[in-house]
Amino acid sequence: MTKKTLLLLTAFLFFLAVSCKQLTEKITPQAPNDDQTLDGPIDGLSAVEKRQFLAGDAAFNGEVFFSATGLGPYFVATSCGSCHAIDGKGHPFTTLTRFGQSDTLGNTFLAQGAPQLQNRAIPGFTPEHIPAGAAFSKFMPPANSGLGFIESLTDTQILSNEDPLDANADGISGRANYVSAPDYFTAQSYHQSKNGKYVGRFGKKGAAVDLEHQTVNAYNQDMGITSEYALLEPAINGLAFPYFDGVPDPEVSTNTVNNVVFYLRTLKAPVQRNPYDGDVLTGKQIFMDLKCSSCHTPTWTTQQSRVPALVGKTFHPYTDLLLHDMGPGLDDGYTEGTALTYEWRTPALWGLGLSKKSQGGGYFLLHDGRATSIQQAIELHGGEAQTSKLQFSNLSGSDKDKLIKFLESL
Amino acid sequence: MRNLFLLLFICIQFAAVAQVDYSLFRRVQKKDSTIKMNVDAVYSRPFLQIGKTPVALGGYVEANSNYMVTNGKTEGMSFQMRRLTIFLSSSIGKRIKFLSEIEFEDGTKEINIEFAAVDIELHPLLNVRGGVIMNPIGSFNQNHDGPKWEFIDRPISATTIIPSTWSNVGFGLWGKYAKNKWAVAYEAYLSNGFDERIINNAENRTWIPASKLNPDRFEESSNGVPLTTVKAAVRHRKIGELGISWMGGVYNKFEDDGIELDKKRRIDLFAIDFNTRIKNKIYINTEWVWAFVDVPETFSQQYGNKQRGGFLDIVYPVLNRTILGFEHATFNVAARLEYADYNVGTFNETGGNIRDDIYAIVPGISFRPHPQTVLRANYRYHWQTDLLGNPAARTAGFQFGFSSYF
Repeated sequence: MTKKTLLLLTAFLFFLAVSCKQLTEKITPQAPNDDQTLDGPIDGLSAVEKRQFLAGDAAFNGEVFFSATGLGPYFVATSCGSCHAIDGKGHPFTTLTRFGQSDTLGNTFLAQGAPQLQNRAIPGFTPEHIPAGAAFSKFMPPANSGLGFIESLTDTQILSNEDPLDANADGISGRANYVSAPDYFTAQSYHQSKNGKYVGRFGKKGAAVDLEHQTVNAYNQDMGITSEYALLEPAINGLAFPYFDGVPDPEVSTNTVNNVVFYLRTLKAPVQRNPYDGDVLTGKQIFMDLKCSSCHTPTWTTQQSRVPALVGKTFHPYTDLLLHDMGPGLDDGYTEGTALTYEWRTPALWGLGLSKKSQGGGYFLLHDGRATSIQQAIELHGGEAQTSKLQFSNLSGSDKDKLIKFLESL
Repeated sequence: MRNLFLLLFICIQFAAVAQVDYSLFRRVQKKDSTIKMNVDAVYSRPFLQIGKTPVALGGYVEANSNYMVTNGKTEGMSFQMRRLTIFLSSSIGKRIKFLSEIEFEDGTKEINIEFAAVDIELHPLLNVRGGVIMNPIGSFNQNHDGPKWEFIDRPISATTIIPSTWSNVGFGLWGKYAKNKWAVAYEAYLSNGFDERIINNAENRTWIPASKLNPDRFEESSNGVPLTTVKAAVRHRKIGELGISWMGGVYNKFEDDGIELDKKRRIDLFAIDFNTRIKNKIYINTEWVWAFVDVPETFSQQYGNKQRGGFLDIVYPVLNRTILGFEHATFNVAARLEYADYNVGTFNETGGNIRDDIYAIVPGISFRPHPQTVLRANYRYHWQTDLLGNPAARTAGFQFGFSSYF
């Protein structure tokens, strides 16, 4: 090799190294804007908290259960992330079914496997079925984002919006769902007990008191995974799991459960897109004019939290966390806690516009995903929302579009 | 087991280093001018013969750098020692040969006997092979040596649907016949097969390679039903080689101690492969596979019962001359297009398509200072879509590496 060749080769390699670095930045996929994703932590976490967030993220989105690690044998999903892709809403494929309770007196089908149906089973096992005569409802998995903000509200804040007898005669009569907390529940200073029950703020009917309650239940009832908090495999149509499945209990460590709870607690809130767009602003005004905000309360401020970074934060979930009569069209005949069958906890609207990104490109809205567009979801409202719905139907096409554009910006 | 291999490897190294007289090693000269086919892959490797002993040694090594970005997030640059593979062969008799391939992957993370078989030639068209055989499904599984390829990563479909390198303990027959411009070959084996890991794994999908995690598969079948693998191939010296293959059997443990636990559930893979050289220059190599797995209906749709995928490699030698003092060196440009769909079907609930697929394009350049050594630079871009069909995770980046027989 001549000196000239060697020199040229060295120069070429140097050029290649430099250009690769610059080229890499140009031709590798860029990160989406923060307002386009639901994942990522809230601001202000400490270094230790960030590590716990990452550990929870890995368990939530990365850990898949199979029979050797304790899945089932009766289950709904194989991992947390299966139902909450990219931390967003679920898909009809991942809806879960609850059955048995048709009034506030309790679930009379508990001895037959209620309330949750384990509709899948590992090979060699037969899944659970809904017993004859049991009412049931399908529940679409919700988005996970911003849950820590909601958990950090005090019961006093939530209850301040209650109006069970519609004293102000506005047609809206929200009330809290009081549910029995599990044994492992530790009441915080901001929880209020009423006859030994607590305000439920998570779930379609508001049946879960806090994120630990929600998470432990999901591990056990959705995946058939035992934890220190729920040491028994789900009973199937009343039959307790008859033999040791070969995986020592608890099948998930307390540490992992805690990490997942922390992850859910510290996922950021969805960021509104184009908040100053003219149509979005007009749509927001229409939203207020139609009194949608009577239930979909736009703004809250946290007062205290187990996570310092969540204290004193103003956020915009568009929910009052209360139960409302949604009319006969959405009455599945099934309920939980003190909720009636036609009552549903107001779902948060934040992140609505990003739903398509987790639901496979389409919308599956309302509690069971029956609405495939925002307009259809509005039109399926009834009960306390009847007046707002009628006002929506009287809007011009342009105003409807603006309202929907606003909702999609959330 | 791992320690044993390490010891064996170290002994071989010491034995080799201790030989001061390098003339003891001589490169085995291949005078075979018959048309080469994929079936010949295990015989077409370069070997060093030790003195006048009937034992020959060989192997290859490959390593690379990796810098990948997924949706703007990167783990930075890392270096990978992909493989160190040792070949050991011997001629027991004129028509009885032993060949083996022992592979160390990612350092010593995985140590596998990929091939260790005795061939007894009764007739060129009737050879008996027994031991750890490579199931002849597709072409890559048979012909996977790193230095033969211009790409750093192995094809996705050939490693995640066909679980290359997929080898098992088994027996069978193979043969080849060549005349004028034509050659035909066949292989047929019975071997141990898959197990329930393919639908019971941490990948959250039907994952055929999961059976490679079964530590007992070289010791006993998971269910007592042999896996059948059959391949037929034909080659024309100018047109190229076409192969069709099938591998199928029962994967689940359907009974235990005489008690029926489940029905017999099958896995079947069909593959077609083709390679040619256009105008004696542009090399094209492609393979396509379909997999059918009987997944229990009561299990999750997350685990698909149909998979498909394939790859197309195009390699164009731009320069073929003395380069940087290396005689007969070649400089190639190459591109790979690949695809794998791990769940072909529709959702029961919506009728919509189940996705769970990946597409990739891999342009690259390679420099071969010697036919048995390749320096490679690849740019990879792939789109991976989840089960529901949400926006694809986009991954791209650069890889540099080398692979060489020794």
